[in-house]
Amino acid sequence: MKKSVFLGALTVAGLAAGAAAAGTLDDVKARGTLNCGVTTGLVGFAAPDANGVWQGFDVGVCRAVAAAVLGDANAVEFVPTTGKTRFTALASGEIDMLARNTTWTFSRDVDLKFEFIGTNYYDGQGFMVPKALGVSSAKELDGATVCIQTGTTTELNLADFFRKNNISYEPVPIETSAEGQQQYLAGACDTYTTDASGLASLRAAFEKPGDHVILPEIISKEPLGPLVRHGDNEWGDTVRWTLNALIAAEEMGITSANVTEMSAKAGDSPEVNRLLGTEGNLGEMLGLDADWATKAIMAGGNYGEIFEKNIGENTPIGLARGLNAQWTDGGLLYSPPFR
Amino acid sequence: MTVLTDPPKESFRLSMLINDKRYRSLTFQAIALILLIMAISYLASNLMANLAAAGLNISYDFLGDPAGYDINQTLISYNSQSPHLQAAWVGIINTLLVAVLGCVTATILGVFAGVLRLSNNWLVRKLMSGYVEIFRNIPVLIWILIFYGVITVSLPGARIYLGEDPERALTLGMFAFTNRGIYVPAPLWGPGSMIVVGTFIASIVAVFAYRSYAKKLLFDTGRLLPTGWPSLLILVVPTILAFFVMGQPIGLDMPDPLANRFNLRGGIQIGAPLIALWLALSVYTGAFIAENVRAGILAVSKGQTEAAAALGLRPGRIMNLVVLPQALRVIIPPLISQYLNITKNSSLAIAVGYADITATLGGITLNQTGRAIECVLLLMLFYLIISLSISAVMNVYNNAMQLKER
Repeated sequence: MKKSVFLGALTVAGLAAGAAAAGTLDDVKARGTLNCGVTTGLVGFAAPDANGVWQGFDVGVCRAVAAAVLGDANAVEFVPTTGKTRFTALASGEIDMLARNTTWTFSRDVDLKFEFIGTNYYDGQGFMVPKALGVSSAKELDGATVCIQTGTTTELNLADFFRKNNISYEPVPIETSAEGQQQYLAGACDTYTTDASGLASLRAAFEKPGDHVILPEIISKEPLGPLVRHGDNEWGDTVRWTLNALIAAEEMGITSANVTEMSAKAGDSPEVNRLLGTEGNLGEMLGLDADWATKAIMAGGNYGEIFEKNIGENTPIGLARGLNAQWTDGGLLYSPPFR
Repeated sequence: MTVLTDPPKESFRLSMLINDKRYRSLTFQAIALILLIMAISYLASNLMANLAAAGLNISYDFLGDPAGYDINQTLISYNSQSPHLQAAWVGIINTLLVAVLGCVTATILGVFAGVLRLSNNWLVRKLMSGYVEIFRNIPVLIWILIFYGVITVSLPGARIYLGEDPERALTLGMFAFTNRGIYVPAPLWGPGSMIVVGTFIASIVAVFAYRSYAKKLLFDTGRLLPTGWPSLLILVVPTILAFFVMGQPIGLDMPDPLANRFNLRGGIQIGAPLIALWLALSVYTGAFIAENVRAGILAVSKGQTEAAAALGLRPGRIMNLVVLPQALRVIIPPLISQYLNITKNSSLAIAVGYADITATLGGITLNQTGRAIECVLLLMLFYLIISLSISAVMNVYNNAMQLKER
């Protein structure tokens, strides 16, 4: 009798574990909060501010998704993940989505069974060297000691770059960005390499940023984007189109300032109307409210606003839009049409 | 008078499993074992079911794929095209290297500090207490970072040694101390060098043979042969002779300041991460070993020291011949744990970028392949095997040192 109860409990537990794999959208709605994996702290992309509130470019995506699904941009449980724990956390269901400047690669998408839902930052790996070295190209770095932040695609790109150019180097793997900075400034390595955006944010923190140059070579493509688990297409669509809504909003001129006004009644532009839910039933197709995109845009503004507020040229990070400008401005941001 | 009768032969009943003292403990142990096995198998099946649901599987095929990343300090041949398995081997050898180095220096340091802590000299005693208390009460990770930081900040960059007219010349023409590591000359093995090495090994054996012969002679006849200078002669002279007879086959590969604009080339580079990790592990664990040694010495009854002194032995000899051999029996078991600690603490290497097994297999490989469960299982297996091996070897030594009871 007791044994059968125990076995029964086992069966139920097993079934529950199996069922948890699907229906993330329903899970999030039932839970009332979105579990979003972010970095353990990279200023500009995701870091808690002085009040302990998470701020940043990746955080903005999490908040937009929470606003679209739950109607509340603050209904997000931020789960800090390291380069090592991020994929396990997502695969195990501990987090619903991962927005942690993660490079979209074939093996992560296919072999690790994840679904990259788009690119929210086009980055590339670069090198920073002290000006005093007199190096003007990464190809002159033969024999140099290179500090790399470990646990990223940068190590592989670095090995490929030096092998391709048939030059040698000494890697010094570094666990944290702060330690890399210390090593680099003390001259324990000749050059520091990571994503160009990371170099910019690191250099901004130096005492004399002018003494260091970022070499022109960008040796890799690093499309950074949010990702979800493979096999839950409804949830993947929700996150994908929330990101697209932010990008499209910038293209259409919808900002956090005018979104309330524009969504109050149907306007002249049919695509704006469809996006903001005053026309058509796009929200219903996603299983969300009609004003899902309006709420997402209200959360932190459109893509451009989130960019400027967290990593743009007026912030200490000081990144130009570059590749991350709208396609109409010569960048790569291109949202599929909302229809 | 009482009449003794045979107790009635009871047949075994199920209730006896609970009520009978003889069986009760067995029953509970069996129940506990069954529950444990069920719990583990539930967790394992749950893991497999969830992995299957996520479309993942446990597979070690990735070990054969090219690793794709470079490692700075390797003792075996490795490049970015080597498979992940080779990267794991590099890591394993690096772990063993730092563990062995750490165990040796920590033991030497610990024995000295432990003995000196009991010194009659107030200053020495207090200095050693200070060393022990400071080093064992601050986490080892902090020490690793401190040593690394000190090396990075206090030593110059490599460029100071470089170029036609360097700011600083190589020390003795062969050593360079930079914040990237210490450069020393590397031996170049020419033809015939094996004979020189063979001679040297034979000399070491001969030294031991000579010393045991001297000891035997002393015990048998009471004649005292000198051991100091003959040992040195046996050790050095044949090797030097062989070296010149073979035509100086072993050369030195000096660090070259001119070969590259960024770094010294040639020689052996002992990387700063290795030095920092090695020193930190040594002084940290040395402090614990010092306490073990002190405990061991105090465990030897004072009468032994007094008896030895009464026989006219000098204090140094009392320590070496009477106290330490007896203290060893107390020291060795906790010493085993300290060796295990060094080996396991070496996994903190990642903090300073030393490529140990945790940094290669458990760090970069895990990250690049995403095979977290497989990599962590392998890591656990490796540390388990290493720890059990150290334990086994040390236990053999411990048994050899035990009081021989005849």
